[in-house]
Amino acid sequence: MRYMLGQIFSSVRFRIGFSIFAFILLTVLIYPLIITEPPLKTISRGTFLSPGIYVNVYDSIGFSPQYTLLLDGAAERRIAAKLNADDRASMKEWLVKAGLPEESIDTQDTAALLEVWHANFDPTIRLPGMTNADRNYYIRLNTALDGLLATEGATIAVPDATTGALKEQAVVDQTSYVNIYEVPNSRVFPLGTDNFGRDVLTELVAATGVSLIIGFVAGTVATVIGLLLGLISGFLGGFVDDAIIFVTNLFTVIPSFIILILITFSIGQDKRGAITIAVVIGLTSWVWTTRAVRAQVISLRNRDHVNLSRLSGHSTAYILMADIFPYIASYVVMAFILQVSSGILAEAGLSILGLGPRTTEVPTLGLMMNWGMIYQAHILGKWWAYFPVILVIALITFSLNLMQTGLDRVFNPTLRE
Amino acid sequence: MPGDPVAAIAARMAQGMSNATGVQAVYEQYTELFGTDKPIPEQFVIYLRNVLRGDFGYSISQYPRTVGDVISSSIGWTLMLQLPAILVGWILGNLLGALAAYIRKGFDRVLMPASLFLSNLPAFGMAVILLVIFAVNLKWFPTSGGYDYAMVPSASWEFMWSVIVHYQLPFWSIVLITIGGQAIGMRSMAIYELNADYVKYARFLGVKDSKIIRYVFRNAMLPQITGLALSIGTMVSGALVAEIIFSYPGLGNTILTAVRGGDYPLISATTLIITWMVLLAFFSLEILYGLIDPRIKAAQSE
Repeated sequence: MRYMLGQIFSSVRFRIGFSIFAFILLTVLIYPLIITEPPLKTISRGTFLSPGIYVNVYDSIGFSPQYTLLLDGAAERRIAAKLNADDRASMKEWLVKAGLPEESIDTQDTAALLEVWHANFDPTIRLPGMTNADRNYYIRLNTALDGLLATEGATIAVPDATTGALKEQAVVDQTSYVNIYEVPNSRVFPLGTDNFGRDVLTELVAATGVSLIIGFVAGTVATVIGLLLGLISGFLGGFVDDAIIFVTNLFTVIPSFIILILITFSIGQDKRGAITIAVVIGLTSWVWTTRAVRAQVISLRNRDHVNLSRLSGHSTAYILMADIFPYIASYVVMAFILQVSSGILAEAGLSILGLGPRTTEVPTLGLMMNWGMIYQAHILGKWWAYFPVILVIALITFSLNLMQTGLDRVFNPTLRE
Repeated sequence: MPGDPVAAIAARMAQGMSNATGVQAVYEQYTELFGTDKPIPEQFVIYLRNVLRGDFGYSISQYPRTVGDVISSSIGWTLMLQLPAILVGWILGNLLGALAAYIRKGFDRVLMPASLFLSNLPAFGMAVILLVIFAVNLKWFPTSGGYDYAMVPSASWEFMWSVIVHYQLPFWSIVLITIGGQAIGMRSMAIYELNADYVKYARFLGVKDSKIIRYVFRNAMLPQITGLALSIGTMVSGALVAEIIFSYPGLGNTILTAVRGGDYPLISATTLIITWMVLLAFFSLEILYGLIDPRIKAAQSE
């Protein structure tokens, strides 16, 4: 056993695949211990908040200690955030249309640009060839530019309880900073939020776990059925073999995904749990294991040790388990690994069709993909809602397949190069 | 089976009717039309008889269109997309795999991990990635549909061009997915053949390398054809999901609308048609195999 493990781990492919898979598995196991929030809890208003650190504004201006930092370029960055290159270009466009010489306008020099702008801009002027929408845009831009170059701070005022008059409470200077760790309320969204306002990372970790379970259950069901049928049909032969091989051939030519669609559709939305889906996937994907196991058993059943065992009066079940199974065990393990990965892919495909597990209890990778597609995350450029999902699916199947080919090399010496 | 889809369509048709017996009459008329008033086994027999005559009945979600009408308007798109895409992907994959086995070294080192990762990407993942890069960010291709929404299908050049432009992304996403798996299979088959005794013998005889390659390629192709036949079902189902990502007007979207609308006749007819298509592909590949493999001809003439 120890020698075999050493052999397996000496394969580079297996090592890479195993490390990726172990990393994913450990993340799924450890993450919920640190962040205990339920994965499907809606924690934000609005959809698709982008990844980042969210700091409570109320806390940071009112109650956290403020520090003065004198950093170079702070004002420039502040202005750049409010006045981007497009806005500068359109300001120049307006000024040129209004009759100013093009060379005199430098879009990089913010102070000079603003000066020329304030001197010349007049919202009442209608320039030729400008639509009403353009004019409104310039009026909005002009309002936004007010106070852009101001150096005094902003005043925080609270209404007086009795009179309703505003009373100055604090002044926030432009050089004021808070330490993010001293603000009582802040939240990190490493992968933003999804269309329902849920934390994508928490959801993704939970979904990965559920999808792994689905793959595992589907793989187990398929492998057990495939192994049993293959053993029986290969060893017994005759009528049983004919019957089993007939069913197997039927399932080989009819795409299993089509059978899956029909079965899951008939089960109905409210009865489809994650495990139900997994079992159904397993029930439709055992064909390959059966074919391969049967072929191997046929080549084994007339070996001397099997005949000897038969002559010794051992029962069929005993011969299958003790004399034949050890020879095909390595193959069964490899087939199981592939079944797990195709089970995860099948669930994802079903969910995109809207035939996945019902959506109220657990997320799965396929469901997350489905939500992302329905809410057009890919068209809107919200990469965090779909790309991590694709990446995780690809990494899981990639690592499982690497492990499988690594095992294949170890158990089939003919494949080594 | 859950839900009564006929009740839904009857309710839609009887909207605004306050007369209970009137609503009842509408409902009964529809149950009669769809045949749901009869017991399930009888419905099944009737369905089988109608299917044999090529009649799939009415679609529930797109009533009053017939299922045959819905499918015939979408099957062409799927055939036109998937057949060339899978073939091109298969040929390219085999060429790349054979090249990798022949050249080894640098080319192989880059190609192998790349195709291994490619073949593990789900088809819809590849579709989304291509869509985001080439349609949303670069804006080279449209994001969805089989042709421009503003156009009416016609035989004009503009329409053809629009179809071609919309065709590219779904086509290449299926091709790329197919290439990966085929290249890996072909590479290991070709390596196996290159080490075979007949290759060594031919080398000793001084047969030209290009001639040996031809033999090796031909021998390595045979299992690849069987592989294609056996995996065509999986490929087609992956490609159907990819069609959905691009809202391509093919069978993939037909299944999606049928699932959303609880449309039993449409779902069973679409799955039946896809199964037939796969069976047909399977059958033609078997025949092709017989033509290519001399051993089968030899076995038959004995």
